[in-house]
Amino acid sequence: MSAPSGTAANERPGPEPVLDLQPETLPGRMRHVGRDLHDSLRLWRLCWTLSWLDVKLRYRGSVLGPFWLTASTAVMIAAMSLLYTTLFHIAVAGYIPFLSLSLVLWGFIGGVVNEGSTCFTQAEGMIRSMRLPYGLHAARCIIRNIMVLLHNVVVVLVVFAIFRVWPGAQALRALPGAALWLADALAACLLLGTLGARYRDIPPIVASLMQIFFFVSPIIWKPELITAGHAWLQLNPFYSLIEVVRRPLLGEHGSAHLWPLALGYSGVLWLAALLLFMRMRARLAYWI
Amino acid sequence: MGEVASSTACVEVRDLHVTFPLYHGSARTLRRTLARVANARFEQDSQQRMVVQALRGISFSLAPGDRLGLVGGNGAGKTTLLRALAGIYEPVAGRVTVRGEINALLDTNLGMNVELTGRENITLRGLHAGLSPKRIRSVEEDVQTFAELGSFLDMPVRTYSSGMVVRLGFALATSIRPRVLLMDEWFLAGDTNFMLKAQGRLEQLVRQAEILVISTHQIDVISAWCTRVLWMDHGMIRMQGSPDEVLPAYLRDAEEGAGRPETGDA
Repeated sequence: MSAPSGTAANERPGPEPVLDLQPETLPGRMRHVGRDLHDSLRLWRLCWTLSWLDVKLRYRGSVLGPFWLTASTAVMIAAMSLLYTTLFHIAVAGYIPFLSLSLVLWGFIGGVVNEGSTCFTQAEGMIRSMRLPYGLHAARCIIRNIMVLLHNVVVVLVVFAIFRVWPGAQALRALPGAALWLADALAACLLLGTLGARYRDIPPIVASLMQIFFFVSPIIWKPELITAGHAWLQLNPFYSLIEVVRRPLLGEHGSAHLWPLALGYSGVLWLAALLLFMRMRARLAYWI
Repeated sequence: MGEVASSTACVEVRDLHVTFPLYHGSARTLRRTLARVANARFEQDSQQRMVVQALRGISFSLAPGDRLGLVGGNGAGKTTLLRALAGIYEPVAGRVTVRGEINALLDTNLGMNVELTGRENITLRGLHAGLSPKRIRSVEEDVQTFAELGSFLDMPVRTYSSGMVVRLGFALATSIRPRVLLMDEWFLAGDTNFMLKAQGRLEQLVRQAEILVISTHQIDVISAWCTRVLWMDHGMIRMQGSPDEVLPAYLRDAEEGAGRPETGDA
């Protein structure tokens, strides 16, 4: 019989998975979101495989494979470093480690936000052929981008080694920030993915907004450059979120005052994501 | 295995309504929905949106041993009903309860990714079903033997001939044994040689499932396999009962309606 299948995955005390669906009431909605995220977690192996195949597939047939990610990032950072230091006469030693780390981190943020807005529409085939928790598609987007990030981190390490920048134990202080990023990434994917499934204009809008944010956030320029109107910078949610991870990784102190800001923006993001996803989760399949 | 035997599978559908919204500007969805619900039932809901009522007040229940055949013209709501049973479309009104593992064979390619190799698709499908790595390997062997793909198993599915895709999809779908089996009609389409080979395997799968719901235009399949028939029309149940009762009435109606232009049978 079918018993061996899914024994580990199935519900705890009852031997049977039971599907009981009806229009949702408010407590039901909250419970179902919890269940969705919990089920997504249980399918971590599937999620991992899907994400890895996504990365592999992009470069299937090429000689370098996913290491094209590393190579193209290296080329971009080398070119930008050359350009900026010769053009603007910025001191190389301080700037290039900063620039490479910033670009790689921004690559992750941009990747999650942009791909997050299509995380459900892209999984159309899967969503329409079987019942799966929606958190899985969001997590797939995040894990895929973490894998890309890990390929790019190699470049940063090389740059750090060349310029003998070593954050030491200070780097460990980036961990809480990284955890916050993960939580925010999930919220962003759920929020933008739901919006993107309903309104197909959302992905291009998000893409152009992210382009603007790339320039108005301190990615290629150091935040210290802004002397007047530093307060304005704090209105940009990416500023505090980037700094709580980047500063420790560069071995710098002084990101503590940015934490309340980062947590505040994350709280708003999570609230929005939860409210929308709770309301619309059951409708997603109808929109796709 | 013993623990599972103690409880029984069941399907219960009560006053199920499924309604698709038709949004402005999403021509893609609009077109698809229209194609699926060929003779659509348009209406405006409370917010003045256009909606298609794909299912209207469906009620039935199935016990272990029941084999339900869904018949009806294109756009009668058969596939939508299967999707609702699989938990893909959550009810707009009413209630759906399904006890027991479900395997839904709805999509022509079962959500296979054609860029991935056959082997990778097998792994993904196994992981969907929550199988352990060891079980996935045994599924892989099983599929390899049945589908006779040879070295193509490590090639992207996009390089397969259509026959190979059907063999792979079929072998894959039938190697995961559910207690509640939902099948759409595409599954029975295939060339004669393949169907002869597939028949034994399919019958075994059908026999092992406690509950079967199958949607098809092939009346002989219904009369051979099904113990009950649900005749759907415009999202509602036109008639239900044993094949002996329902099929003659359905066929009579189909003959009469053959002249009518409203359903373009593909």
